[in-house]
Amino acid sequence: MSPRTLFEKVWSAHEVVPQTADTPAVLYIDLHLTHEVTTPQAYTVLRSRGLKVRRPDRTFATMDHSTPTETAQVFGGIPIKDASAARQVAQLESNCAEFGIELLNLQDPRRGIVHIVGPELGLTQPGSTIVCGDSHTSTHGAFGALAFGIGTTEVGHVLATQCLLQRKPKTHAINVHGQLGRGVTAKDLVLAIIRQVGVSGGTGSVFEFRGPTIAQLSMEERMTICNMAIEAGAKAGMIAPDETTFAYLKGRARAPSGAAWDAAVAHWRTFCTDEGAVFDQQTDIDASQLVPMITYGTHPGMSVDIDAKIPVTQGDAVFDKALSYMGLSPGQTLKGQPVQVVFLGSCTNARLSDLRAAAAVIKGRRVAAGVQFLVVPGSQSVKAQAEAEGLDQIFLAAGAEWRESGCSMCLGMNGDLVARGAYCVSTSNRNFEGRQGVGARTLLASPITAAAAAVAGCVSDPRDFLP
Amino acid sequence: MQPIELIQSRTVVLASTNIDTDQIIPARFLTTTSREGLGAHLFADWRYDSAGQPRADFVLNTPAAAGCEILVAGRNIGCGSSREHAPWALMDFGFKTIISTQIADIFRGNSLKNGLLPIVVDESTHEYLLAHPGIALKISIVDRTLTLPDGRNISFALENFARFCLLNGTDELGYLLSQSAQIEHFEKAHQS
Repeated sequence: MSPRTLFEKVWSAHEVVPQTADTPAVLYIDLHLTHEVTTPQAYTVLRSRGLKVRRPDRTFATMDHSTPTETAQVFGGIPIKDASAARQVAQLESNCAEFGIELLNLQDPRRGIVHIVGPELGLTQPGSTIVCGDSHTSTHGAFGALAFGIGTTEVGHVLATQCLLQRKPKTHAINVHGQLGRGVTAKDLVLAIIRQVGVSGGTGSVFEFRGPTIAQLSMEERMTICNMAIEAGAKAGMIAPDETTFAYLKGRARAPSGAAWDAAVAHWRTFCTDEGAVFDQQTDIDASQLVPMITYGTHPGMSVDIDAKIPVTQGDAVFDKALSYMGLSPGQTLKGQPVQVVFLGSCTNARLSDLRAAAAVIKGRRVAAGVQFLVVPGSQSVKAQAEAEGLDQIFLAAGAEWRESGCSMCLGMNGDLVARGAYCVSTSNRNFEGRQGVGARTLLASPITAAAAAVAGCVSDPRDFLP
Repeated sequence: MQPIELIQSRTVVLASTNIDTDQIIPARFLTTTSREGLGAHLFADWRYDSAGQPRADFVLNTPAAAGCEILVAGRNIGCGSSREHAPWALMDFGFKTIISTQIADIFRGNSLKNGLLPIVVDESTHEYLLAHPGIALKISIVDRTLTLPDGRNISFALENFARFCLLNGTDELGYLLSQSAQIEHFEKAHQS
């Protein structure tokens, strides 16, 4: 057999029916992750057609998007304030009960953001196909899975048939070499990749992040990278599984154990790109040249080095509109820009290592006057681990808010909002107009850059705050 | 899904680049459990002012936009969130086709599954469409062509299966269910 890429191996292992000139492939889905926002209409279709869920055992539900993060609304016995969100949560509960789907309900100690919970439980496994009605499903590609976001109609397809109709995408290798410098994180690396490839540069393609820099990253860093593959328009992002992957998965609740573990690892090892396999496209990145990054515009490709100036363009109406929305000027340096909100959270950067890194910056310092610093662990497990280490006390002592897990301020649909015109340094993934609230101005950055902004009260170089 | 062969309408031009699905419909409208009535929230943050009143200068609020079924967007549309509420909102408003230079993968798939035709055109055609808002276009799904008022035909890519589904009003779930023997065979072979 001719050499194949990681993507091609996973794809062909899941072809129920290969594509033809007239029909797309029927692709088998190993794991279907679901949540409250993009499933209600799919269950309505199932019910109206008298269909069952084909594989409840391969379907898993959590609640994260519209759920509140205030402890009182989660554990305090008071109902969810937003009536439509409460209805959505109730409907997920009744749908899961009716169709036999395992659900992590609001008070479950394992609940959290769907893309954080899947890996934590060991549900996310190398070489598998994973879908979810959420674009950041690309996160799971960090394990060498083919994982991508789908719409609600497709959620219905997977519920009913465990399959999707798909056209085979192209492949794009993102080759990363060079050591990341002090204070330069996986978030900075992926922002640099998006800047280079462009926000639509990945359309129709699956990225494979590879090279010595990627091999050295932890699983949590790899998840941050793959999470934002969609921000370059990619169908999915993948990283070949290795010893780091296996060490992460070993002993997790849903990972294989005993003899099955050894067999699984042997199988997982085959999911790598063969020597000589050909990608449709290649991009090379020298990580050693990177510094901490921050976005200044209204899409994730509009970023600059933390100490650089916002570009000056001539006659670019789109660029001018973005800067006008952001209340920023061409040629301006972002460093020193006052901020009103700092958000540490989301499926991009709310795992334990993210909280640890931010806490190391915060420790012994105070959140600047007039700044709201919201810390939202990615899952209840992350929250519990962080509390066991005393991270919550570091954040609280500094004057931050410590919340229950959820998508929170990443998207304005659960009560956690940034006010009109306010600047928010956010560890999330999208700086689109209105994403964090109507008129909110989002500056995407790493957890340490966010923490530095929280204590300084303005955009700051995190390298000045590292222990 | 209703069968659709031909779209004949004037265009509305929304020249913004990289229109993401958060603009098409903001997240706060996603707590619905229905797919109906989302057209009211289409481009909500661009369409209405902070008091909730329609902005007179936003193109979809102008009399010229009434009844238009073709949205010509700036370069690249549909990036970001996978929310199918985006094509639901566009269709509920009355659009039947979206034209741009690039259309994000998930949004494109979601659109086709609802009978909203995503059309990618070359740069020069796109520039012409942006420069001539309100022109009448004829779009044939049978021929995969877009006809300009001067009679020029521009062909566009549309895979055979998507074309078949649009022309026949076929929904893909029915097709997938018809593959159940193969799915069962796959599951047995993979002992899953």
